[in-house]
Amino acid sequence: MNKLALIVGGSTLVYAGLALMMGVLPGIELSKVPAGAGVEPLTALEAQGREVYVANGCSYCHTQQVRPLDEDKVFGRASAASDFKYQTPELLGSERTGPDLTNIGVRQPSSVWQYIHLYEPRAVVPESIMPSFAWLFEVVDQAPAGVSPVPLPRAYAPAHGVVVPTRDAQALIAYLAALKQPTWAGSEGAAAGTASAATGASSTAPVGAAAPAAGHDAAKGASLYTANCSACHQANGEGLPGAFPPLKGNDAVNDDDATTHIHVVLHGLQATQVGGVVYGGVMPPFAATLNDAEVADIIDYERSSWGNHGKPTVAAQVAAERAKVK
Amino acid sequence: MRMDVTARRSDLSEQDNHALISVFSAYTVSAAVWLLFATGVGILMAFKFGAPEFGSGAWLTFGRLRPIHTNATFYGFASIALVGLGYYVVARSSGAKLYSAGLAWIGLALFNVAALAGTIALDLGYNDGDLEYREWPWWVRLIFLAALVVTGWNLIGTVARRSSKDIYLSNWYILGGTLWTCIIAIVAVIPWYQYGLGQVAVSGFYMHNAVGMWFTPLAIGVVYYTLPKLLNRPIYSYTLGIFAFWTNLLFYPIIGAHHFEFSPLPWWLQTIAIVFSVAMLVPVWGGSSNFLLTMRGHTRDLIHSYPLMFIFVGVMSYLIGSTQGTLEAFRSLQQVWHLTNFTVGHSHLTMYGIIAFAIWGGIYGLLPLATGKQASPLGMALHFWTALVGCFIYVTSLSIGGTIQGLDWMHGLPFIQSVIDMQSYYVWRGVGGSLMFFSHIVFAWNVWRMCYGPETVAAPLQSLRAEEAVA
Repeated sequence: MNKLALIVGGSTLVYAGLALMMGVLPGIELSKVPAGAGVEPLTALEAQGREVYVANGCSYCHTQQVRPLDEDKVFGRASAASDFKYQTPELLGSERTGPDLTNIGVRQPSSVWQYIHLYEPRAVVPESIMPSFAWLFEVVDQAPAGVSPVPLPRAYAPAHGVVVPTRDAQALIAYLAALKQPTWAGSEGAAAGTASAATGASSTAPVGAAAPAAGHDAAKGASLYTANCSACHQANGEGLPGAFPPLKGNDAVNDDDATTHIHVVLHGLQATQVGGVVYGGVMPPFAATLNDAEVADIIDYERSSWGNHGKPTVAAQVAAERAKVK
Repeated sequence: MRMDVTARRSDLSEQDNHALISVFSAYTVSAAVWLLFATGVGILMAFKFGAPEFGSGAWLTFGRLRPIHTNATFYGFASIALVGLGYYVVARSSGAKLYSAGLAWIGLALFNVAALAGTIALDLGYNDGDLEYREWPWWVRLIFLAALVVTGWNLIGTVARRSSKDIYLSNWYILGGTLWTCIIAIVAVIPWYQYGLGQVAVSGFYMHNAVGMWFTPLAIGVVYYTLPKLLNRPIYSYTLGIFAFWTNLLFYPIIGAHHFEFSPLPWWLQTIAIVFSVAMLVPVWGGSSNFLLTMRGHTRDLIHSYPLMFIFVGVMSYLIGSTQGTLEAFRSLQQVWHLTNFTVGHSHLTMYGIIAFAIWGGIYGLLPLATGKQASPLGMALHFWTALVGCFIYVTSLSIGGTIQGLDWMHGLPFIQSVIDMQSYYVWRGVGGSLMFFSHIVFAWNVWRMCYGPETVAAPLQSLRAEEAVA
């Protein structure tokens, strides 16, 4: 019987001790980490959206943890212990089949885009393998008061009626919009550095106003466009009718004076009119995430693609525009 | 110290024998059903990577199926199969009858109720968070815990009835694994100390320990019994087995945080996890060399016996997969592979390559001894080769694809490029997965033959253990 007691009692006791040390105590300690400045609890609607996110297992493909690595800078600043106060259950995730969503409210602020993408991801990102969440929407003859129909491209729209989000879909999109990293003291200087992750080659890219006027890098411009712009304006530059304006034949893009073009890329845009069509969506500002050379590369790419013929710009002009607002 | 299990012949009554065989068979049949279900779900998910609209709607959406697949594999198939094998091994190697056949049946019912309720809850969108391997609602996990407690109690009672003073090595692992897992389940289910980052720390501990302190010890315990039994020779070193037992117990619980490297978890916690991931080479190499040295010089027996072939693959996967786990823990490699499909490849190399193959080796080796009924050699061959080739394709494609994914990110390509680059590897994963699923259908057929098929006396395998009719 002694031997049985040794195996059963002894090993279980040892294991219980280790479980306490490696699981329970860290759990207790880290549960106490206070919220950082600007880390707020969710509103009721956002919290409901988080439940939809959890119930449908979004975090099996989307992480919510930005690692202190160069490659993660596209997703935001590195996650800090003080970010997680209100995140129970935790949603750090273990796989990035899709992109990280820690800061998606900043990176993609357009709810129009989010609704189209949720309804049919391939309508905005043709290569996407995310499932369609059409079952979070309803097809009705007429949108009820206060709910905007989703402006789907014709190929994905139902034959009759309009598509409107259910309450769950509205909550989910509200939650995604709320996923914004509060800036913290240590991160302000990181803004310029953030851009380096957008292109692999940018460790050599000049940062700030000292950029030389050395003509644009077409390959880098195309790559940056894919990473930052094509989700809305599409790879063919035509945008999505009724949702996102085209850059092909766009007046601001073809204007020889690039001032407006630069301004929009740096500071974003809300509710605008392009080619006589009103677009209600939001375009995010890129001033914090792209450096001058990268903004210039994107702008030059847009100005020389899809039959556009705007005069190219240079990093110095971007720097000048950036300085104006400060 | 050493006890020769192959020579042990108990003098149990016909009735006790029958009770044990019924329990073993029922657990195996139940496990086979869960394997078919869980991997059927897995195949459906694999298709979705190529055709995301395939099987759309809330009940079939990927994010709900993913935890159904993992939980049903872990707690439906592997747990039930290993407990069934565990009962047989513990009773036989102790030369005793089961402490209580009734408790074993209650345990089986509880395992099944938990797996069924958990599956339904997840599909309806009820979970306790997307916390890997503990998504089931808390009350479902309490049912599973009850099944564990019943099993542990029953196993202890059975070993306490043993006819000799010594406790055979297998029982160390099987008893230990069951009791440790009770602790893991309790740690995981108590919610009052798990908030925010604190829950992340518990997740790291849990997701690792639920695999390596439950499935691995039970699988090793089964191999320590089945291998000498089939080879008709004692294990190479009893002492080495004990040494691996204690080192595994001391090192393994510490390494859970390596699932959250570069996360906001305290850096020291991550570093300790990496250091002890290296220390894990001691029990892993100790255990696997013990098995391999037991097989040494018996290659001919090995290649003529599918049960032994299954065990051999299990042992090799243990050696390769666990060593790979140590390498993956290094920060330099984790930077490439973390969050990619490489991890999915690793988890299949280990859960499938080690655990499932050890289970199959145990079932093909021991169930015919219990029931006196054989699976056909063709059936075993078909199962073995399709499972092996399928798993090889699966793991290889995801390891290569995952590496490319990681390098894409490091080179700063647009994220969508990593999705595009994975496409062909997802197709190969589907091919491998289909072969694996096919092998499980064959397995189910083989189980049926071993439980309800015709009595067979002489099969090729029988030459190895001609002197044993029942045990």
